[in-house]
Amino acid sequence: MKITNLLMTAAGASLLASTAMAGSHEARGRDGHVNLIYWQAASIMNPYLSGGTKDTNAASMVVEPLARYDENGNMVAYLAEEIPTVANGGVSEDLTTITWKLKAGLKWSDGSAVTASDVVFTGGYCMDPDGGCQQIGQFSDVTNIEALDDVTVKITFGVPKPFPYGPFVGQETPILQEAQFADCTGVAAPTCTDANFGPIGTGPFVVTDFRANDTISLEANDNYRDATKPAFASVTFKGGGDAAAAARSVLETGEFDYAWNLQIAPEILVQMESKGMGTVLSSFGPLVERIMVNMTDPSASLGDERSTVAHAHPFLSDINVRKALSLAIDRPLLVEVGYGKAGKPTCNVLPAPAIYNSTANDACQVQDIAAANALLDGAGWARGSDGVRAKDGVRLSILYQTSTNAVRQDFQALIKQWWGEIGVETELKNIDGAVFFGGDQSSPDTFQKLFADVEMYANNFSGTDPEAYMGNWACSNIPSPENAWLGMNMPRHCSAEYDGLVAEMAETADIATRAELAMAMNDILMQNYVIIPLVHRGNVSASANTLDGVALNAWDSELWNIADWSRK
Amino acid sequence: MFNYTIRRLIFTIPTLLFISFVIFFILDTAPNDPTGNLPLTIPPEVREKIRISLGLDKPMFFRYLLWCQQFFVNEPLNMIEQWFNITIGDGDRLRVQSWATRSPVVDLVVERMPQTLWVVGMSYVVGIIIAIPIGVISAYKQYSWFDQIGTFISMLGFSVPTFFTGLLMIVIFSVNLHWFPSIYDTTHKVTDWGSFVFQVKQMIMPVMVLAFFNAAQLSRFMRASMLDNLQQDYVRTARAKGLKERVVVLTHVLRNSLIPVVTVIALGVPQVFGGAIITEQIFKVNGLGQLLIIGIQGADIPLVQTLTFIFAVLIVLFNLIADILYGLLDPRIRYD
Amino acid sequence: MTDTTLNEGKGRTLWGDVWDQYKTHKGALIGTGVFLFILFAVFLGPYIYDVDPQYLNIREKNQGPSLSHLLGTDQLGRDMLAQVLHGGRVSLAVGVIAMFISLLVGTLVGLLAGYFKKLDGPLMRLTDLFLALPLLPLLLVIIMLFRDTLRGMFGPETGIFILIVFIIGATSWMHTARIVRGDVLAQKEREFVLAAKSIGTPDRRVILRHILPNVLSPIMVSATLGVANAIITESALSFLGLGFPSDFPTWGRLLFDGANYMSLTPARVVWPGLAISLTVLSVNFIGDGLRDALDPRIRGR
Repeated sequence: MKITNLLMTAAGASLLASTAMAGSHEARGRDGHVNLIYWQAASIMNPYLSGGTKDTNAASMVVEPLARYDENGNMVAYLAEEIPTVANGGVSEDLTTITWKLKAGLKWSDGSAVTASDVVFTGGYCMDPDGGCQQIGQFSDVTNIEALDDVTVKITFGVPKPFPYGPFVGQETPILQEAQFADCTGVAAPTCTDANFGPIGTGPFVVTDFRANDTISLEANDNYRDATKPAFASVTFKGGGDAAAAARSVLETGEFDYAWNLQIAPEILVQMESKGMGTVLSSFGPLVERIMVNMTDPSASLGDERSTVAHAHPFLSDINVRKALSLAIDRPLLVEVGYGKAGKPTCNVLPAPAIYNSTANDACQVQDIAAANALLDGAGWARGSDGVRAKDGVRLSILYQTSTNAVRQDFQALIKQWWGEIGVETELKNIDGAVFFGGDQSSPDTFQKLFADVEMYANNFSGTDPEAYMGNWACSNIPSPENAWLGMNMPRHCSAEYDGLVAEMAETADIATRAELAMAMNDILMQNYVIIPLVHRGNVSASANTLDGVALNAWDSELWNIADWSRK
Repeated sequence: MFNYTIRRLIFTIPTLLFISFVIFFILDTAPNDPTGNLPLTIPPEVREKIRISLGLDKPMFFRYLLWCQQFFVNEPLNMIEQWFNITIGDGDRLRVQSWATRSPVVDLVVERMPQTLWVVGMSYVVGIIIAIPIGVISAYKQYSWFDQIGTFISMLGFSVPTFFTGLLMIVIFSVNLHWFPSIYDTTHKVTDWGSFVFQVKQMIMPVMVLAFFNAAQLSRFMRASMLDNLQQDYVRTARAKGLKERVVVLTHVLRNSLIPVVTVIALGVPQVFGGAIITEQIFKVNGLGQLLIIGIQGADIPLVQTLTFIFAVLIVLFNLIADILYGLLDPRIRYD
Repeated sequence: MTDTTLNEGKGRTLWGDVWDQYKTHKGALIGTGVFLFILFAVFLGPYIYDVDPQYLNIREKNQGPSLSHLLGTDQLGRDMLAQVLHGGRVSLAVGVIAMFISLLVGTLVGLLAGYFKKLDGPLMRLTDLFLALPLLPLLLVIIMLFRDTLRGMFGPETGIFILIVFIIGATSWMHTARIVRGDVLAQKEREFVLAAKSIGTPDRRVILRHILPNVLSPIMVSATLGVANAIITESALSFLGLGFPSDFPTWGRLLFDGANYMSLTPARVVWPGLAISLTVLSVNFIGDGLRDALDPRIRGR
């Protein structure tokens, strides 16, 4: 802990001294300084202008939404008095409006009062068409936001919204102060550097020094609504380096108290943890590492019709091949190699929240090379002299692409070997993440174009409602040159049955029925083997043993309850 | 020489403009995308809107001219305003804005200058200070033990990449011995003896790793060049004249051997400003190198364009300085 | 001065003399021996030690050196010795070929720019341009434009190999060019060059016969450093997803991947690191010996 002490800012140290003299055990700022490390540095404190997790997490210490998700995925009121529902009258019977009531007496960190017009302003700020707001997806179908009085806000949707908790719930859409951002709407949004770097908020901390992509210094908010919180007087939010270095600084050298997103080899993490300075935490949201199977033909010879529905894939359109590929994979071993505590084998693309988790596909947990071989034999795919199966001149030779990432490359190597055992030849390709996940129209290497036979990546959804996520695999979401390759239906899966379920879910409010529908959609995708789920991934972070109150949250910001953190 | 310098300086302007255009063209053609690192929960249509709000729907040439205007007109005007505390025009002009941080790029560069100059610059100076004596002695006592060990160590220094030496030092000195911090604190201010000691402690590892690497390269060139010159006739003449060995080696031979070394140093100085990407990353120094790499990963074109252009200016400038130094070191070299 | 080809005497040839001098250089002989050994190991070794470097045996992961795995295994249970041997082929080939490309271009540009005043300006501005180009975006562009074409023409491995060698060569010649030019500027004003010119020696001969031999030592140093640089750069490329497919071991990649496992299985970083260092060291000594052997002043002694 020596170094931690040294690292403290002068302000933190003096505050520590003064509160220590006061001797109070309940006073704000009693525990001095806390150091957080995010190996991806935060670049801005305004989540509306950068949707990166590192940025929204950093901002969540300062600006707050009306409600958050807790570590179990339940909604908790933050700035709101309570969560509006149909039962308590907050959501209208026709599901087109939701009315939020603010807590009484809320203050911004500059001492002024939080009013409903701040909420209205924030909505307008994001929905301004010139502002380039990155969270506009949360405001889909919103037609009007109005203040009924100083503490009441009514949001109206153009269509019935069975799950009306998009706007102002979760870390992506916190409330901004109207007075600070009034001149920063539309095209002016990016020019308000001071406001974007140091927003005035209602959260437990305020920014004192913001160095973009480097370090943020924060101190306790004097006007925070709970006089006994936060326990820490100041925070350093350091960015940079890599995941292993971040883990090392918490688990091995003790310089830092909390490290975010430690996606490194499990055996290294276990070894670091054995030093006894900190603990590795994990928490599971809906993130699933999966293989997307291309149902269309990616041959370069097709020109503009490459990977479009115009041509079916020469062999992956055979369900037996897809099923055999899935059968050959040893998912528990993938978890052991790549994620350890931070992963679970899964047979669903929608494994969480628990009510949506289907049990119909659990057989995939066990690898069965023999069954896969038998399946391919039965389907007429015979092994050639080189050990690779072929039928009618079509060889089972797969180009397998993913983004560059140590764990993904390990997975590629393992899966290549297993597929080799069932007579499938695999060529591996990895692409820089910014290119793979970027949408550059001129690049052939984006995950949406999928100029390969299969690709692997992870995806999830924000919040707890899977409606939009499951809608990804409707026919209308197939990426193609016509829609500029926008669309998330990578397998190019299209079935009337599935589209019918998507439409039905959009009109269903009852949670149990919605769960049934989502599970039915999941099962269609799984039983057609157009998506091969591999690992249900958790967030993995490390906290120093001296830190108390950390509740790792996969549904919201990891720093969602930093007001409750304290020193043991 | 003076005429030559002026001519070169004038010719620099079209060169740099051309370089800036080529850089812009490359950045624009590169397939990475500013929305590539956003979470996948942000839908594709929103990504398209973000791209449009960044101006990516406009033609490339238009965006290049916009950058030129912002960088060559607005930024200097803004600087003048700040220095002299005056307002020119309406004072409300668009500066070069980074896409990721939405803040003026020049401010970011200024913010990061101290740590880069301290760590990378210091390592360069240390590297030169180590390399020149090693090079001179190894050449003078060719194939002695000193030379053999020096060769071995410098080759090791060059063939083992900094990502490895850096990590090794962290494991030894931070994890096991707890002597030095593994993470550089950029907000640290030196105010008294204690904070100075801390600053030295946090600088020591990155500086040494980089210095080792730089010295390895430099000492090889120094040694080779010294060896060439030690066998020249003028050395024999100087010795025959009865000059002291020290004078012969340090004044005559060293001076004549410096030409390749000066070239290497001049090539290296812009790299100091460019930061040392890997070393900065390993020790979390977050200087200009880290800024550049984050910009590239996030396809932050204005940021990368501005940074790369600043480096280009430095490269052109220091190569000019090297050319002038050649003339001073060896009067026989004439450019006119 | 350097026209030693006329030194006929007892039927001696230039290369005979060079070899005689080379033999006396102990370091060079050891260097040659080590380098030949490394070549032998990586090109013939895999036929003797015929373990598949790609075979995963997850039950034997992260093992230290043992009888069944002489250098231990990696995190997926791949045999490290087999990987080091196979990786060496690619690394050596990339290192040596890319070094030659960069040396050739660099020396040519340097000689021309230093010797011909008219070419100096344009060539050096070109060098400035190349020095200023942002490497990473440039690589992304090159890969985007050429990867699929080359993959189609030569297959995934050879295609990428050509691409990488070309990229490294094309982006690392500038230092050599500037260093050579600086030296040429000084050499061409020396008396022997003026003498050669005054008797009407054509420029080509002046450059090749009189100037090139005198700027050989910085070129040799560049060559040595170039090999190391190319091997390391290759690993940086694969880290960015721009290099060889991920199941294709190279020394740089092995070192990079092993770095985080340093305290768990040290053998993983020691061997590839040692292989790179030994290669660079031996190339360096060969370079030293060659330079001495080619220098008539030393050879005469």
